[in-house]
Amino acid sequence: MSPRALRIVCVALLAHALAVVVWHLAVQWGEIPAFILPSPSATIRTLSEPRYDWGTNTLVTASEIVGGFVLATVLGVALALLFTWSRAGLAFLMPLLITFNMVPKVALGPLIIVWMSYGIVTNIVIAFAIAFFPILLTTLRGLRETEPELLELVRGLRASRWQVFYHIQLPGSLPYLFSGMKVGAVLAVAGAIVGEFIGSEQGLGYLMLQVQVRLDTAAMTMSVLLISAIGIGLYGLVSLLESIVVVRDARLT
Amino acid sequence: MPVSPDAAQTFAAPVTEAEPFIRLRSAAKTFRRNKTSFTAVSDVSFDVADGEFVCLVGPSGCGKSTVLRILAGLLEADAGSEVRMGSPGRPLDPGRDVGIAFQQPLLLKWRRVLENVLLPADILGLPRREAHERARYLLDLVGLTGAERKYPYELSGGMQQRVAIARSLIHDPKLVLMDEPFGALDALTRERMNVELLRIWRSSGKTIVLVTHGISEAVFLGQRVVVLTAGPARMAADIPIDLPLERTLDLKTHEVFGKYSRQIYELLGLH
Repeated sequence: MSPRALRIVCVALLAHALAVVVWHLAVQWGEIPAFILPSPSATIRTLSEPRYDWGTNTLVTASEIVGGFVLATVLGVALALLFTWSRAGLAFLMPLLITFNMVPKVALGPLIIVWMSYGIVTNIVIAFAIAFFPILLTTLRGLRETEPELLELVRGLRASRWQVFYHIQLPGSLPYLFSGMKVGAVLAVAGAIVGEFIGSEQGLGYLMLQVQVRLDTAAMTMSVLLISAIGIGLYGLVSLLESIVVVRDARLT
Repeated sequence: MPVSPDAAQTFAAPVTEAEPFIRLRSAAKTFRRNKTSFTAVSDVSFDVADGEFVCLVGPSGCGKSTVLRILAGLLEADAGSEVRMGSPGRPLDPGRDVGIAFQQPLLLKWRRVLENVLLPADILGLPRREAHERARYLLDLVGLTGAERKYPYELSGGMQQRVAIARSLIHDPKLVLMDEPFGALDALTRERMNVELLRIWRSSGKTIVLVTHGISEAVFLGQRVVVLTAGPARMAADIPIDLPLERTLDLKTHEVFGKYSRQIYELLGLH
């Protein structure tokens, strides 16, 4: 790690540590009741509560998020590739996709549960539905965004359609794909939690509803932290992959 | 630099063969879309000899880029035009025998310099090892030794354009077509690149057709300057530039250079 990168990491860690300290001090000095905002230490203490089964619930939510995200990436990219190969398919399906994109996917949740009953797979589908469109649309844009003169240059060399795709379009679309994947990663987390809210018997979202009736705010806060951690982990993984695959200058910010 | 007829003689180009390398006769190009039509080029005729450096000069919108795209085989000239590339016995293969460089370097951001130069070799499926060797030689030729492993964003605009020129030569084309290759560079870099390009041309022996709207650039680079006037491109003149092949920038201050420039300014109605 370069000294500059190290410094950035240190500053980021410091900022987070400071936020926790402020949280702690606010709870202590502000005399905020624990059912409104528990202290950081009280929040961490709930992890020792065996009834909450943190391990299983976190694992369930994480698999729903990752499952939905991977499915959205694979199908989004596959469909984007298909559309660049078939102009007719794009012309016909694109208006439909744009309309689907406008549908609030959260509103589909209850329907999906009616169709599939509740469970992990259902929540994967909801996470997928919400993460899919941004990945498809940005990848599609990346595949179509090629400088016309560059195409002339390779056409001048009598490049085949496959060569244009393989040498120019595909690598050129990677920054877009990753940009779509980052948005998708954040959305997949929201999708999985929505699924757990409307119908499930496992997962951190389910747990939140259970402890809410008991006003165990510490356990709710812990759930939110764990859900965020899963999201951050996934986002970090995508960013790491991007830094390996995509040359710095080509990345979209 | 003294410009004596003797010097011009000493460095004269190889004698033009009986059959020109490129032969363009009454070339025209009209674009039709829906019910409107737009004539970009009408009646352009010139020859290019093997190994010659010819500049096409003219104002913006005079169709000079269209002429270049016809030569590149990217556009087809209208019926009635004669476009012959190569000799009848050995016609040019527009893929293998032609290299192109545009105003923008158009480098692939995700490829290193060496890999960018190798792009045409990859597309044409040339033997990888020889192409590698040649790429290194060409990078040396354009003065970029040591930059092989760099990414385009690490290079200046002028260096990126050098990479693009090396790339246009990687498949050892017989003809190199350049469309305002230095148009995006600052004036000083552009002058330096002009000198470099002449050196590259002399040492590679390629035939080059270069489009520019810079009159002094055209006179400085070309052995012949074809002057086109705007709307639609019509040929105003085909001027042989009788200057030594070995040219340096101080040639631009020379009287003969001024005479050629003035002649072209007048043809373009800019006097």
